[in-house]
Amino acid sequence: MSKSERPNQLFRNLNAKVASIPMVLTALVIFVGGSAWTVLYSFTNSKLLPRLNFVGLDQYYRLWSTPRWLVSIENLLVYGVLSLVFSLVIGFILAALLDQKIRFEDTFRTIFLYPFALSFIVTGLVWQWLLNPEFGIQGVVRGLGWESFSFDPLYNSDIVIYGILIAALWQGTGLIMCLMLAGLRGIDEDIWKAARVDGIPTLKTYLFIIIPMMRPVFITALVIIAAGIVKVYDLVVAQTSGGPGIASEVPAKYVYDYMFFAQNLGQGFAASTMMLLSVVVVIVPWAYLEFGGKKRG
Amino acid sequence: MRYQLMTAALAVTAALAAPAAATDLEVTHWWTSGGEAAAVAEFAKAFDATGNRWVDGAIAGSGGTARPIMISRITGGDPMGATQFNHGRQAEELVQAGLMRDLTELATRDKWTEIVQPKSLLDGCTLDGKIYCVPVNIHSWQWLWLSNAAFEKAGVPVPKNWNEYVAAAPALEKAGIIPLAVGGQPWQSSGAFDVLLTAVGGTDAFLKVYRDKDAEFAAGPEVAKVFKAADDARKMAKNTNVQDWNQATNLVISGKAGGQIMGDWAQGEFRVAGQIAGKDYTCLPGLGLNEVIATGGDAFYFPLLQDAEKSKAQEALAETLLDPKTQVAFNLKKGSLPVRGDIDLKAANDCMKKGLDILAKGSVMPWTDQLLSQDTQKQKEDLFSEFFAKPDMTVEEAQKRFADIVASAD
Repeated sequence: MSKSERPNQLFRNLNAKVASIPMVLTALVIFVGGSAWTVLYSFTNSKLLPRLNFVGLDQYYRLWSTPRWLVSIENLLVYGVLSLVFSLVIGFILAALLDQKIRFEDTFRTIFLYPFALSFIVTGLVWQWLLNPEFGIQGVVRGLGWESFSFDPLYNSDIVIYGILIAALWQGTGLIMCLMLAGLRGIDEDIWKAARVDGIPTLKTYLFIIIPMMRPVFITALVIIAAGIVKVYDLVVAQTSGGPGIASEVPAKYVYDYMFFAQNLGQGFAASTMMLLSVVVVIVPWAYLEFGGKKRG
Repeated sequence: MRYQLMTAALAVTAALAAPAAATDLEVTHWWTSGGEAAAVAEFAKAFDATGNRWVDGAIAGSGGTARPIMISRITGGDPMGATQFNHGRQAEELVQAGLMRDLTELATRDKWTEIVQPKSLLDGCTLDGKIYCVPVNIHSWQWLWLSNAAFEKAGVPVPKNWNEYVAAAPALEKAGIIPLAVGGQPWQSSGAFDVLLTAVGGTDAFLKVYRDKDAEFAAGPEVAKVFKAADDARKMAKNTNVQDWNQATNLVISGKAGGQIMGDWAQGEFRVAGQIAGKDYTCLPGLGLNEVIATGGDAFYFPLLQDAEKSKAQEALAETLLDPKTQVAFNLKKGSLPVRGDIDLKAANDCMKKGLDILAKGSVMPWTDQLLSQDTQKQKEDLFSEFFAKPDMTVEEAQKRFADIVASAD
C-alpha cells in the first residue's frame, strides 16, 4: 500500500463508473429530486397548479382527520399483512408440493404462474365478475341447489377488502411459487440425504433446515410482495372503485383522486409523503440489518 | 388513440394538399356515448361549414377521467384549440394562470350578454369581469325519473312529489321492486343529496350552504330535515347493486326500480330504449316540491394560442357554438336545454318542455360546479358515498361531518 496507489482508487473500473453515470443521475434527479420536490410542496396550499405558498402542517392535519384516509390506512394494513403471510405460505407450500418429483410438473407450474401474466386491471375485472352475486360463484352454487349460499364480498363493506385480497393472491402467488421452487432446487441433494440418514421427519427438515437455508430467496420474495402492497391501486379501481361507499379505498387511490379529481395537489402530496414515510420506516431498519450487518461481519 | 393519430395525420395532409382552405382546430371533449357523439357531430358539421376543420379529440371515460388529461395538456404546453369543461370553477385556476383566452371582446361584439339566457350562465364563464368560455347547453340535476310500470305493478298511483314517493316505497318493496336506484359512483349519491337539499330544504337553503358556506346553518335543524330525507333515500336505495348511472337508469327503464334522482341526461337513455315521457315514465323536476333548474352544463374554453390563424379559427368556433341553428341541432340530440331564449324547440318532448317552461319562468339557480371547488366537491362525494353505503352511519354523524366540510369549503 504505497502512497502513489491511493488516488488510483477513483479511476479503478473507470469504464464501469462512466457507464453508470446516467443511472446515477436518473436516481438522483428523478427519484430523490422528485421526492424532495413532492415533500416540499406538501407543505403548501397548491391547488391545481403547484405554488410555493406555505401553510405549514395544515395538509397533514387535514389528512389525518379525513375518515377516508383512515379507512385507506386500515385497509392497507389488513391487506398488507394478510397478503404477505398468505403469499409466502401458499407460494412455499405449492413449491414444496411441486418439488416432490411429480408428473406433469411443467403443466402445473404453467397453470400456477399463468395469472401473473395478467395485469391487475384484467385480474380485477375477472374477479369482479366471479364475485358478482348474480353471475359469479354465488349464482353458480345457488343454481346447483344451495339456495341459502351467500358469498358476495364485493358488496359487503365489512369484508370487501378480503375480496380484493383473493384476487391479489390468485394473481401473485404463482410468481412467489416460482421463486421458492428455484430456491428449493438450489438446495443440495446431499442435505436431504443427510437429513434422511439422521432420521429427521420431512416436515422438520423443511422448517429447520431448508427454510433457513433459503433466506435470500425469502428476502427477495418479501421485497417483491411488499412493493406490490404499498402501490396497490389498479386492482381496487377495477374491482370496486373503492366501494361500497369508501370501504375499499387504499392510500394510492387517495393520492390520485385528490391530486387529479379534486385538483388539490397539496393534499395529494401530503398523502404521498406519508406513503413514502411508511416505506422508509420499513426499509431503513431492514437495510441497516441486512447491509450494515454484513460489513461488520 | 391510433385512430385519432391517423385522423389527425390525414387532416394535416389534407390541409397541406389544399393550402387555401381550412385551419385545423383540435377540440377535446368527453362526449362519447351514442347520443352525445351524435350531438357533437352537429358542432363539427357546423364548424367545418365555416371553412375550418374540426379535429375531434374525444376522450373516453367521464369528465373525471378526461379533465386531468386536458389540464395536463394545457399546463404542459401542448394546448388544444378548444376544450370542453363544465362552466364554473373547474378551469378557474387555468384562467388565473393566464392559460385561457379572454373572450370579452368577442362577447361584446356579438352581444352575448343579450342572447345568452338565463344570464347566470355567463356568470359561470366570467372571472374578474372577463368572459372566458362559451356555454353551449344547460344540464340540470333536479329531476326524479319514475317508472310507471313499476308503480302499476305495486298497485299504487305514480307519485307527484318526493313525499308521496317515500310513502309508496313499502308497497314497491313488497312487489319486489327496488324503490330508488342510486348507483355506486360517488358523484351520484352526492348529487342526489344536493337535489334533496334544493327540493326539501328549498333554494335559499341550498344557497346558504353552498354559496355563503354557512356551517352553522348546515348543522342546523333545516338541513337536518334534508338529512332525514337522505336517510329515507338511503333506505330506499339499499338494494341497488349497480355502479354506473346509466345502469341505474336502466333499472328504472326495465321496471326493476321505482325511480331515480338523476340529471336530465338520463332522458337520453329513456329515448334510446324507445320509452315515451308521460306514458312509460314520469319526470318530476325539483322532485315535485320545488320546481327549479340549476344552470349547470357544458361550455367550451379556448386556450391562449400563439398561432394567429388558429386564434381566428377559435373565434369562428365560438360564433358557431352560439349560432341558433347549431344550438337547436345540438341540444335536440343531446337532450339538454339551449342557452338562448330566442329559439324554438318544437321537437322537444314533454320533459324537455317542462324544463323550458321553468326556464322561461326564470326559476333558475346556480349549481355546485359554479359554487364549490373541485376539492370540496370531492370531500362531499366521499362523505355521501360512505353515507349511502353504510347503513350504520347515523344521520347526526353525517350532518356533523357535512357541516365540517362546509366550514372548510372554498
